[in-house]
Amino acid sequence: MRFEGKHNHTFRKFKSAMACTIAFVSAILVILPLGLVFFYLLINGIGSVNWDFFTKLPAPVGAVGGGMANAIVGTLILLAIAGVIGIPIGVLGGVYLAEYGSARINSMLRFLADVLNGVPSITWGVVVYGLIVLRFKSFSALAGGLALGLIMIPLILRTTEEVILLVPNGYREASLALGVSRWQTIVHIVMKTASKGIITGILLALARVGGETAPLLFTAFGNRFWNHSLTEPIAALPLQVFTYAISPYDDWHRQAWAGALVLVTGVFCVNVLVRILTRGRGASPV
Amino acid sequence: MENLLMPTSERIAEGGVEQLAEVPPNGGTAPASTFQVKNMSIWYGEKRAIQDVTMDIATNAVTAIIGPSGCGKSTFLRALNRMHELTPRTRMEGTVLLNGEDLYSSTVDPTVVRRRVGMVFQKSNPFPTMTIGENVVIGLRLNGVHDQKFLNERLEKSLRMAALWDEVKDDLNKPGTSLSGGQQQRLCIARTLAVEPDVVLMDEPCSALDPIATAKIEELISELKTKYTIVTVTHNMQQAGRISDFTAFFYLGRLVEFGVTTSIFTNPKERQTEDYITGRFG
Repeated sequence: MRFEGKHNHTFRKFKSAMACTIAFVSAILVILPLGLVFFYLLINGIGSVNWDFFTKLPAPVGAVGGGMANAIVGTLILLAIAGVIGIPIGVLGGVYLAEYGSARINSMLRFLADVLNGVPSITWGVVVYGLIVLRFKSFSALAGGLALGLIMIPLILRTTEEVILLVPNGYREASLALGVSRWQTIVHIVMKTASKGIITGILLALARVGGETAPLLFTAFGNRFWNHSLTEPIAALPLQVFTYAISPYDDWHRQAWAGALVLVTGVFCVNVLVRILTRGRGASPV
Repeated sequence: MENLLMPTSERIAEGGVEQLAEVPPNGGTAPASTFQVKNMSIWYGEKRAIQDVTMDIATNAVTAIIGPSGCGKSTFLRALNRMHELTPRTRMEGTVLLNGEDLYSSTVDPTVVRRRVGMVFQKSNPFPTMTIGENVVIGLRLNGVHDQKFLNERLEKSLRMAALWDEVKDDLNKPGTSLSGGQQQRLCIARTLAVEPDVVLMDEPCSALDPIATAKIEELISELKTKYTIVTVTHNMQQAGRISDFTAFFYLGRLVEFGVTTSIFTNPKERQTEDYITGRFG
């Protein structure tokens, strides 16, 4: 009696197959843009990615050749400045949220960090423009790095907090029961156990701000030459790509494609690095 | 009338002195007490977990704490090295003296208390990022000991005391988590012994282990009591009978009965104790 109704069963099987198909198509649609972007960049950019691209300064308008060496180095310098600002504050803030603080203050801080994560990146550029650039009357590498660093803080803060909360309480208790102080326990036991996750969060934040253009427009500003001082404007890969892409010259367009390809490849490499780091024994779940 | 209202523990404290001396656990001399707990009450927020417990814990003996789940035995144990303070909103009344010193005096740093009163947990928890050797000496290292020769000596001594040395002496650089469950628990005991505490507290140290590993830990506990005062919480009545010199039965946050293990198990004075150890509830 209960097992009657074969039609019903067929219909259920049909529904299940439909749901599976829709999910599969959605998954493909998610991956498709990445594939397309990379494919398109490869076709258009690979021709201009050569030794000169990595070693030479941009050529003067009209001259053929040249590269983006200054922009590649500039991006690395900006990331270093951003890291110096964003990593300690983000990590320590995440430790505070996970280990200290009252539930009420923490939920407020968490909410604020999430709001900050949602702030359009150009806003950070404007803020730093008002705070630093106007005051010192100069675009500078420091201002650009600060803008990127400020974007990193809430990103690192939230990932650090999450991976620290994943460390089982038993390890904290074991350490405290040995007469180890709270702070030593946090640094040597908890953070060490969560280190892979924390490093992953830092790398992903660096990869994210490494591709930012908007916050650099009124801070780092860009530079067609080598930067000799952190208080001077500095080139950055995404800025250079932006400038070249909106220019009227075909040669610059090709270089913009190459710059975008290098940038995407860099971000891709960082993500692969993250995968390698989080694999293996004792990997922190991320 | 007044006497009947007194907690059992106080009656033991008053009238049970000869009884304790009757069967001294360490050969001849009357047992000195390591802990003197007086009128301890503990609250978690509004909930009172421990009610007015008074008991003395004998030196170089094993004291077992038994009772049904939620009776406060773990809370009591954790209050002996102030671990219960890690739970938010706890409040404690009464005094705990360790060799005559008040653990809860405002000048006492809980970190120092825990250095003298070590703890082994239910679930073995060797630090996953460290080798077997690093796990043992981490407590000393983080307390500022860096003399490698001293650390090596202490490493071997602690592992020998924990009856683990022969099994791991060639694998000291392997991760602590590569050991079996029973070995991990003995590693945790070695880690606790390495900081040379006066007391070792054990919170159901065998409840996650198989019978063979349990037997090894029990044997180890019996050996350790020559050097340390041991307080262990256990759900296993046979275990309490096998390893302990004194047994305390907790029920609903109160100390119902406390005395020499053999007399608790053969001749309990309280109805509740008898019901519990004969398996009528709990």
